[in-house]
Amino acid sequence: MNRYKRHILLSEIGQAGQNKLLKAKVLVIGAGGLGCPILQYLTAAGVGTIGIVDFDTVELSNLQRQILFGKSSIGLNKAEVAKSRLKDLNDTISITAYTKKLTHQNAINLFKAYDIIVDGTDNFETRYLINDAALMTNKPLVFGAIYKFEGQVSVFNYKNGPSYRCLFSKQQQKEQAGNCEEVGVLGVLPGIIGSMQANEVLKIILNIGNVLSGKLLIYNTLTVQTSILKINKSEEEINKVINEKHLFETKKTNINCNSNAKQISIKEALTKENIQFIDVRETSELPKTEGLLTTSIPLSVLEENLYKIDLKKELILFCQSGNRSKQAVSRLKKLNIHNCSYIQEHITEINKHIKNKTNT
Amino acid sequence: MTISVKYFGLIAEITECDNEIISISNKTISEFLEFLFEKYPNLKNKDFQVAQQQELVGLDTLITGNELALLPPFAGG
Repeated sequence: MNRYKRHILLSEIGQAGQNKLLKAKVLVIGAGGLGCPILQYLTAAGVGTIGIVDFDTVELSNLQRQILFGKSSIGLNKAEVAKSRLKDLNDTISITAYTKKLTHQNAINLFKAYDIIVDGTDNFETRYLINDAALMTNKPLVFGAIYKFEGQVSVFNYKNGPSYRCLFSKQQQKEQAGNCEEVGVLGVLPGIIGSMQANEVLKIILNIGNVLSGKLLIYNTLTVQTSILKINKSEEEINKVINEKHLFETKKTNINCNSNAKQISIKEALTKENIQFIDVRETSELPKTEGLLTTSIPLSVLEENLYKIDLKKELILFCQSGNRSKQAVSRLKKLNIHNCSYIQEHITEINKHIKNKTNT
Repeated sequence: MTISVKYFGLIAEITECDNEIISISNKTISEFLEFLFEKYPNLKNKDFQVAQQQELVGLDTLITGNELALLPPFAGG
């Protein structure tokens, strides 16, 4: 038992704790920035059964932070590559790679086979799916999420504690910053946050220390500041999920990634020439833009009104808040209209800039 | 009274600072947010939760503490 000597030397773990780790079954969803360090530490620690869910393939731009992969992994499935790397790290444990997308149809059965669920995914739709399935199968969920230089960690559904919906109920979601988007991220950040998630998993299995339940930890790599905010349980949010249990498996898993929509600031947009500005709001929406020539094509009737688009011009789309115009850009791209971007600012900001521009 | 307001993630990008001191009197969280939306119109369409004294609170909560935090959800992994 030389492999786990340094664990066994700890009185808090010992041989009994190491046996607990060997008996534990952990499912890690997402073998990306967060998933890689999580998997690496859980494998090294001797967690006996590990499942890896990822349908995606390795790209060169992943190597900046997804530390289980190398150049030879490019183009291969992440769950499969991770499994083969981890097998080399520890061949005494059982590792299963699931290469299909997690859906409402397969989540419940998959979760039932594990004790702890770990979320290392990159979009809100999957995060809510994981939260709800974890609630319904009564499994603790170790949550981690990152944005640029900051990360969040928490443990949900742990011993009747709050769930992700008690923190962010889906209804409140307006704009979803960084949702499966290609935003920049400091490479070491998922390493830190993923390691914190692995730490929570080990504490849950070993039953030591204080599990980060009912609290959200936020870490900022630039300021080195850690904030811990208390989350209160919302019975209402939890009951809503439990009461709709019978409908869960009939739901469509709609991962709507508008990752390739290009954005532009109103300031930059106004400096450009040969532009067609397109307002994708419904015609009744206020405020109107004043002093700017625009074409109205509401998002609801976008595809029917393509004839209004001047393809000789660069298209700049806007709406009330940048949300619908972003969707419109993605939809135009699908129709092979690529010379388009959306304005990220709110309509009041847009109007302010137009006014400033016309006054000077 | 003056309160310290902390911003995270995308919220801090809009406010262009990660914390600031704001003076208010006898306001609920939602009244305070109305004031904040005037200062930062782009915040209006963003999704976030508010914490008072390191505890997440509802919009009707009266501000009695000296520290608020605006916390958006992060998606990345």
